[in-house]
Amino acid sequence: MMSVMKFFRLMVAPVTAVAFMLVAWQIAVMMSGVSAYLLPSPWAIAQTMWASSDRLIGGAIQTAMAATIGFVVASVIGILGGSMIAAIPFLRRSLYPLATILQMVPLVAVAPLLVIWLGFGLPTAIAAAAVVAVFPVLAATIDGQVSVDPGLRELFLLHGASGWTRWRKLDLPASIPAIVTGLRIAAGLAVIGAIVGEFVSGYGGNAPLGIVIMTAMREARTDLVFAAIALSAVVGFSLFGAVSCLGWFLVHRWHASSVNSLEQSK
Amino acid sequence: MIRDLPSLEFQSVSRIFSGGARALNDVSFSIPAGGLTAVIGPSGCGKTTLLRMAAGLDRATTGSVKFIGQDGNVHSRASENLSVCFQDARLLPWRNVTDNVALPLELAGVSRDERSARAKQVIEAAGLSSAQARLPAQLSGGMRMRVALARTLVTSPDVLLLDEPCSAVDEFTRIQLDEEIRRVWQVSGATTMLITHSVSEAVWLADQIVVMSMGSIHEIRKVALPRNARDRASSAFLLEVETVMRSLARAAGVLVA
Ligand SMILES: Nc1ncnc2c1ncn2[C@@H]1O[C@H](COP(=O)(O)OP(=O)(O)OP(=O)(O)O)[C@@H](O)[C@H]1O
Ligand SMILES: [Mg+2]
Repeated sequence: MMSVMKFFRLMVAPVTAVAFMLVAWQIAVMMSGVSAYLLPSPWAIAQTMWASSDRLIGGAIQTAMAATIGFVVASVIGILGGSMIAAIPFLRRSLYPLATILQMVPLVAVAPLLVIWLGFGLPTAIAAAAVVAVFPVLAATIDGQVSVDPGLRELFLLHGASGWTRWRKLDLPASIPAIVTGLRIAAGLAVIGAIVGEFVSGYGGNAPLGIVIMTAMREARTDLVFAAIALSAVVGFSLFGAVSCLGWFLVHRWHASSVNSLEQSK
Repeated sequence: MIRDLPSLEFQSVSRIFSGGARALNDVSFSIPAGGLTAVIGPSGCGKTTLLRMAAGLDRATTGSVKFIGQDGNVHSRASENLSVCFQDARLLPWRNVTDNVALPLELAGVSRDERSARAKQVIEAAGLSSAQARLPAQLSGGMRMRVALARTLVTSPDVLLLDEPCSAVDEFTRIQLDEEIRRVWQVSGATTMLITHSVSEAVWLADQIVVMSMGSIHEIRKVALPRNARDRASSAFLLEVETVMRSLARAAGVLVA
């Protein structure tokens, strides 16, 4: 396991870079006298975050919920669908190329369609998150499962394992590293999808970050726009981090990183 | 259950691959029930193809591969309790030694308690007890092969098919693994086909040696040495190795006096 020390050492450089950037930004704003409408200073944004913390945190929770539910839906559909496509030769020939092409379609553009089908509100944000997150999972699952070691497949064949048994005990575990990679990409995309969904399906009450951003924009509150963007980044990073941790937990013992473990365990 | 050890019969087996490559040409020999036959021959002469047919992983283009019971009845491949050890260990990287060894039992629907008991037994016999909780990545190449051998034993097979189980290890480990194979064969009493590149391994382990060349049988030779008198350093053993060596050299088209 990565030690705490190593983690801190890894974090020093990026944290320094961000701190340096913020300071430079602050100085640039102060020296140039650019209007706060165009570019508020980091300090002003921080103050806004503090002042509007209730609204921002409430929004972040809403957005996190839409992104997480969308991500889970996408994961289940992507893993099950990908497994089926990988397992059934006809589906593999017909749907796999289609899935690859569909991935190129800018899926956020379908958000208005989702409003037509699902109406305004949370379901549309969830669906938008799921729609953009599903393809990386699907593609990763298919790739992982078609490239399972043929020797191991033969072993299962030899022992008369059914297709279902082979999937559970071989195809799925063998493709977990690939699936985790897909899930990590999907985690980031799900937050983007959720916010785009919120943009187009604006709903009141506990406004999610997408709505906070749109409202702040109309009210010319650039500082609040920035604050909400910062929070959506936090949401995205949290989801990504959670998925990465889960992935690490599932595969660290046997995959790639464990190649050198002979020395370590002796 | 009364054990009906079968003999394994290859009858005029030919195999032509879809590209037109003729891998086997009219191969006939039989491995007596409970016997150990070694198949040797130059690379690409069709040894693995033969083994895959016996395992039911490939089909003869013409001819047949049969398991024949003591009563003379032909057994179906599906009813045969058969184990294969491939050239590579083929372990599941996410399973520890015990769970890898127990896999065939698991796929056969054996209860958890029984399979862990039986896995434990073969792991102990293979001298792997101290490594039973380790993952394949934490084992040496020779240990991985021993795990694979233990896995072939865990089902108490009647037929054992071993495809160059020692080819990936050094000479020293090979001698240890040979000892292991001998033990495995003696314990299981199985009808065994052993593919190897090593003449000395074949003479050491087999009671019959099939020398192949380019898809055909060059020579079938009984090993005259009594099993308990085999000593890798004895002159009788070395003489036998030399004789088979000559046969192999002729099979490979190398002129020998
Ligand atoms: N699936 C296949 N399609 C076409 N040709 C094949 C196939 N499998 C094997 N062959 C050919 O059949 C011949 C025999 O192959 P086989 O694997 O049985 O050799 P081998 O005696 O086991 O060799 P080695 O000692 O190197 O393992 C080779 O010439 C090989 O190229
Ligand atoms: Mg071979």
